[in-house]
Amino acid sequence: MAVRNLKCRECGTEYPLEALYVCERCFGPLEVAYDHSRVAEGGISELRRRIQGGPQNIWRYADFLPLQGGPPGPSGRLASRVGLPAGCTPLIRADRLAQRLGLHEVWVKNDAANPTHSFKDRVVSVATARARELGYQVIACASTGNLANSVAAHGAALGLESYVFIPADLEEQKVLATGVYGTRLVAVKGNYDDVNRLCTELSAERDWAFVNVNLRPYYAEGSKTLAYEIAEQLGWELPDRVVAPIASGSLFTKIAKGFAEWREIGLVETARPLPRMNGAQAAGCAPVASAFAAGHDVCRPVKPDTIARSLAIGNPADGPYALEEARRSGGGVDSVTDEEIRAGIALLAQSTGIFTETAGGVTTAVLAKLARRGDIDPQERVVLVITGEGLKTLDAVRGSFQTHTIEPSVEAFESEVESAVSSTADAAAAVVGG
Amino acid sequence: MAVTVKIPTQLRAAAAGDAEAELEGQTVQEVLDGLFERYGELRERISDGDGSLRRFVNVYLGGEDIRFLDGLQTPVADGAELTILPAVAGGC
Repeated sequence: MAVRNLKCRECGTEYPLEALYVCERCFGPLEVAYDHSRVAEGGISELRRRIQGGPQNIWRYADFLPLQGGPPGPSGRLASRVGLPAGCTPLIRADRLAQRLGLHEVWVKNDAANPTHSFKDRVVSVATARARELGYQVIACASTGNLANSVAAHGAALGLESYVFIPADLEEQKVLATGVYGTRLVAVKGNYDDVNRLCTELSAERDWAFVNVNLRPYYAEGSKTLAYEIAEQLGWELPDRVVAPIASGSLFTKIAKGFAEWREIGLVETARPLPRMNGAQAAGCAPVASAFAAGHDVCRPVKPDTIARSLAIGNPADGPYALEEARRSGGGVDSVTDEEIRAGIALLAQSTGIFTETAGGVTTAVLAKLARRGDIDPQERVVLVITGEGLKTLDAVRGSFQTHTIEPSVEAFESEVESAVSSTADAAAAVVGG
Repeated sequence: MAVTVKIPTQLRAAAAGDAEAELEGQTVQEVLDGLFERYGELRERISDGDGSLRRFVNVYLGGEDIRFLDGLQTPVADGAELTILPAVAGGC
């Protein structure tokens, strides 16, 4: 495999491929380093064919993932039918959304179409596979909800014991969709940052694989598969711009890393520049957007207050790198209000048929904001990354539409529904005509 | 005034293997200065050249991030507990 070692992103100190995540010399984050010099030895066409001939999940990209023993499970093309295979989610051409925003080419990467309905299955697949290689029996995580669902489900699928730590006031849907898998669910009286601090302390005291603490370097690599899939689904081409949510900033930076790796290897055309990366945050928790606007290179932590709970990380670990990436690529980081988030959910649902959770509302609303502001050239090819499922945050859409409740008669339908619908249509026509 | 400082595993090799240390000080800064005096190697690992903390170091006073308080100038009471932790954990 091309995976080489762990390396400090700040000072370059190298470490073996163990459950380590912090540089002992400078406290910087450790990242997985690879040697890709031989990956395309047989030529780019051969590498592309190998990927296309791989399983219909993230393990088709095993050459770029941090496992030492190759994809998990039986060898060859049956690989990866083990556990809960993630990835290969739809990339949908969203012409009606583009039209609504005055843009030319918009694609939606719908990562709600994963086994537990969020992109977290990608990172958890990689982290649990690596945890098993390292011999761990227990997996654990600090979560804002989606990760909780995924860790609990992967634990069940692989027969590993799991501990899931969440803020005590999490949305009910996310709590229920975690507990059902038989995990040990721990609700911590505090916000996500408190949960995270507790897990950081516990990870030093327990011999567990905390997927987003001591297994974090491996875990984070899973997000690169979003970029690989987008490029492959676009016919080995890059988009001009990607709009993705920022919580800790890891997903955002790893998507950029995935595109950069493939461009360097030559798997995607090298004539086209790397995509501009636009990050999306909720105004009620926007430490990265605030630092971007102020020109700072570090983020000042905040106390989150937003309906976008899955993005409510007030102390973003990868904030500095997300800022670097947004600036380097010519993108940016923007924030939107709770009202705009609800409008974003409705816009995506009504123009694409995709019902996303609040985080997707944030991302869609930021795309709309960029379009409105004229930041996007109408000819650009834009990819909107939708990371989670609307059924997990139902409260966000409660009361946002009208239900016609009638007696079971044709008269009632005509008088109470059709008349109301036609008067709404008349009103809409008047607005458009006016 | 005695304050307990909890030292993360990643720094214990540079702190004679200690998991915690009892130190004196009126502010977070004074307590950390005492810590660096006792374990010289810790200073360059977690503090910047200009005396502030490196960007991937979080310090908590009784569970609260000191950046929500007065940072390094935050007063510490007798019996308080300071926790040093890596900032790179967690999230998505």
